[in-house]
Amino acid sequence: MKQTFCVIFKKESSIIAVDSISCGPHCLMNVDLQTDATLQVDISDALSERDKVKFTVHTKSTLPNFKQNEFSVVRQHEEFIWLHDSFVENEEYAGYIIPPAPPRPDFDASREKLQKLGEGEGSMTKEEFTKMKQELEAEYLAIFKKTVAMHEVFLCRVAAHPVLRKDLNFHVFLEYNQDLSVRGKNKKERLEDFFKNVVKSADGVLVAGVKDVDDFFEHEKTFLLEYHNRVKEASAKSDRKIRSHKNAADDINRIASTLYTLGTQDSTDLCKFFLKVSELFEKTRKIEARVAADEDLKLADLLKYYLRESQAAKDLLYRRGRALVDYENANKALDKARAKNKDVLQAETTQQVCCQKFEKISESAKQELIDFKTRRVAAFRKNLVELAELELKHAKGNLQLLQSCLGVLKGDT
Amino acid sequence: MSCMRRFCHETQSHDSLHSCMCRRSVALLLLKMSEERDPAALSGSAQTEGEEDLFVSAMESPEAARLSAEDISPSSNGPRDDDPDDPDDLFAEATEEVSLDSPERQPILSDGPSPAITPVTISPRVDVFDRSPDLDEDEEENRDTFDIQISVSDPEKVGDGMNAYMVYKVMTKTSLSIFSRDEVCVKRRFSDFLGLHSKLASKYMHMGYIVPPAPEKSIVGMTKVKVGKEDLSSVEFVEKRRSALERYLLRTVKHPALLKDPDVLQFLESSELPRAVSTQALSGAGILRMVNKAADAVNKMTIKMNESDAWFEEKQQQFENLDVQLRKLHASVESLVCHRKELSVNTASFAKSAAMLGNSEDHTALSRALSQLAEVEEKIDQLHQDQSYADFYLISELLGDYVRLITAVKGVFDQRMKAWAKWQDAQVMLQRKREAEAKLQYASKPDKLQQATDEIREEIEEWEGKVQQGERDFEQISKNIRREVGRFEKDRVKDFRVVIIKYLESLVHTQQQLIKYWEAFLPEAKAIA
Repeated sequence: MKQTFCVIFKKESSIIAVDSISCGPHCLMNVDLQTDATLQVDISDALSERDKVKFTVHTKSTLPNFKQNEFSVVRQHEEFIWLHDSFVENEEYAGYIIPPAPPRPDFDASREKLQKLGEGEGSMTKEEFTKMKQELEAEYLAIFKKTVAMHEVFLCRVAAHPVLRKDLNFHVFLEYNQDLSVRGKNKKERLEDFFKNVVKSADGVLVAGVKDVDDFFEHEKTFLLEYHNRVKEASAKSDRKIRSHKNAADDINRIASTLYTLGTQDSTDLCKFFLKVSELFEKTRKIEARVAADEDLKLADLLKYYLRESQAAKDLLYRRGRALVDYENANKALDKARAKNKDVLQAETTQQVCCQKFEKISESAKQELIDFKTRRVAAFRKNLVELAELELKHAKGNLQLLQSCLGVLKGDT
Repeated sequence: MSCMRRFCHETQSHDSLHSCMCRRSVALLLLKMSEERDPAALSGSAQTEGEEDLFVSAMESPEAARLSAEDISPSSNGPRDDDPDDPDDLFAEATEEVSLDSPERQPILSDGPSPAITPVTISPRVDVFDRSPDLDEDEEENRDTFDIQISVSDPEKVGDGMNAYMVYKVMTKTSLSIFSRDEVCVKRRFSDFLGLHSKLASKYMHMGYIVPPAPEKSIVGMTKVKVGKEDLSSVEFVEKRRSALERYLLRTVKHPALLKDPDVLQFLESSELPRAVSTQALSGAGILRMVNKAADAVNKMTIKMNESDAWFEEKQQQFENLDVQLRKLHASVESLVCHRKELSVNTASFAKSAAMLGNSEDHTALSRALSQLAEVEEKIDQLHQDQSYADFYLISELLGDYVRLITAVKGVFDQRMKAWAKWQDAQVMLQRKREAEAKLQYASKPDKLQQATDEIREEIEEWEGKVQQGERDFEQISKNIRREVGRFEKDRVKDFRVVIIKYLESLVHTQQQLIKYWEAFLPEAKAIA
């Protein structure tokens, strides 16, 4: 599915506009989710302003509950978070893996670099300045693409989920063309969230300690815990690796510029030599930068996404564990009540409710976890294959450049 | 002796130091003359037989003639015959001078007759600079017959603690005749190399020859080695130094004049070499060197030369620019080496984490694929490491060498400036003496007048001679520099071409390996069911 993005960001006086980048990343996770014609959601456009990003969410649907078959609205990051939180807080959805919320768009690092470049404009040559500006713009664009992809994946997952897609809040999100008046959490609310998380993790530890009767869930629990930690580590390491790669590519860039200057200054036969090699390094640097970018996209992003997904799966297991504990407590309370012969009916109803809740969660959780595995395997397969193919493509391209340059240089001597 | 000579240069005084300088220059002359006389020897000139004995062990005459092919052009014999002084006396001076001067030369330069020292005038210096003007084509011939391989290997640690040092094996394989054997193996330590360089610099720099600079000292690096840390960084340090020493020797012997220098030959061949103590930083000679460097720097600032030759101005500017760019390039390449090493380390750690992830993955096919990915990444990490070594040893070290070489080139230009200054100073002195003579006509008592006039006349003659000498020196050094710069540029072009091509080939190899690894991985990834 090809999309076009229109990126316009203003930095003081300079306005840079880029458009039409076909997006591959969003297909990262949704391997087979786009086949359903009844509800298709995507982000068709995005605008980056000083401190916020505006996404144009486009929906195509044959469902009767929508007024039109095709429509678009503009949404900001906070509204996505609101939607996600509404799912999490909804008891009905306790038995499902809630698609992880997209990370906040973070252009700070890029903006800083752009600013530093502006300040250092006087100290470098015009060519160097334009080159670095281009690079920074490319970086900005890459981050932009990524954040759009993340937001889109979230929506697609919701749209693909048999239950979540029917959620009312979701429909409002898609259709209501006014501002949802969702403000970001203020300090008090964020503090509350923090405490809630602390309590939750403490609780989680207690709940996790409870041995599960069901082998399937027991296995999943241990598996997810370990898997989550390993993915975290792998994600961090892959980020570091890719950063080193980018640094090396930057060095090659500087080397190419200096070689170019040497080539123009040199009075001997070396001048042609230097110019040719400088040209070569310019091209290979671009390839190296692409390799780093592709690794980032196919490997690092994959790992980051599954870090979040595995956390969501863990949350599901926590909820189920919580429900199990509640059920067991209810059982104990019922026994006690029966023994004392006091409030037996109440205890019975509580126990029934807990039992139902627990069984409902267990049932859907099992399916969710199986789906999670399927999705995970498919996503890894797709990305690893694409990674290998891209690495091969770039290496071959690089090789060809090097060999042709060598041919020319050797022929000259 | 070198320091004394420099002082003489600076002070331009007429004291005994000055005559020492002359004697030293005579020694140089001696060496040159011997080469140039070899063809004469061949042609049967008996005149030089006696003096030749001094050099028999160092340079076997008939083959040496082949080496000095450059001097066989007929014109080269011409200027030397203009030498007003008796060459025999010069040789006599030289023997005397040599035995006083450098004890280490005695093994090679066997003691010949020690004649009386006749008062030496400055004219011997003439011949020092009178090399054949048409050396260029002859040098080309020389290059084709250039057949010498030098390797520096097998670093060994000798001694313990802070007195320990590394000894390197220097092996020379050659078919050139100036060497006594085809294959020679000697053991040398770092200070020996520095000693060789300082001797060569003192002998040849002032003539405008570009003497290749020796590798730099490194207190930190050596201390680690001395202390006995057998870790990777000290191993790398020793390897870096070994490689630098090898390159230094190869560059030195590539220079046609330096190749024949007895110090170089002694360095390469003789099994025992007196310890070059004067290269230590804190020795008397070391301190003297620092003082001289400071004095030189001050002088450079005060000498304002009227450049009449545009070629020199242009070349100096070019070398300045080249210096700036090479330093910049060197810095970027060093940064690249550093980042590639980092990349290698990070790739290795990622490989490990990917392996762990594969272990914890419960889907078997995916687990296997992840382990394969980990293996690929490990191999790639090794590749990055190898590439960073290539980056370093090929490019970075070459650039470092050339940055130092260009400093030597700039030094040579400075020497020319000094020669010019000396010439100008001599002219000024001459003028003064002439004025003094004129004044004498009007002053003093008639009985003393004659004596004073004679004295002044002598001095004027002396200074006239010096002025002429100064001009000749200046012209000679200018000529030498032109030739040296031409040679330097040729070498530079060759060096850079060769190294860059090698580097690109290493990059090609890396990409080919990458392709191999990823091609092996792709079916594994596709096999995930």
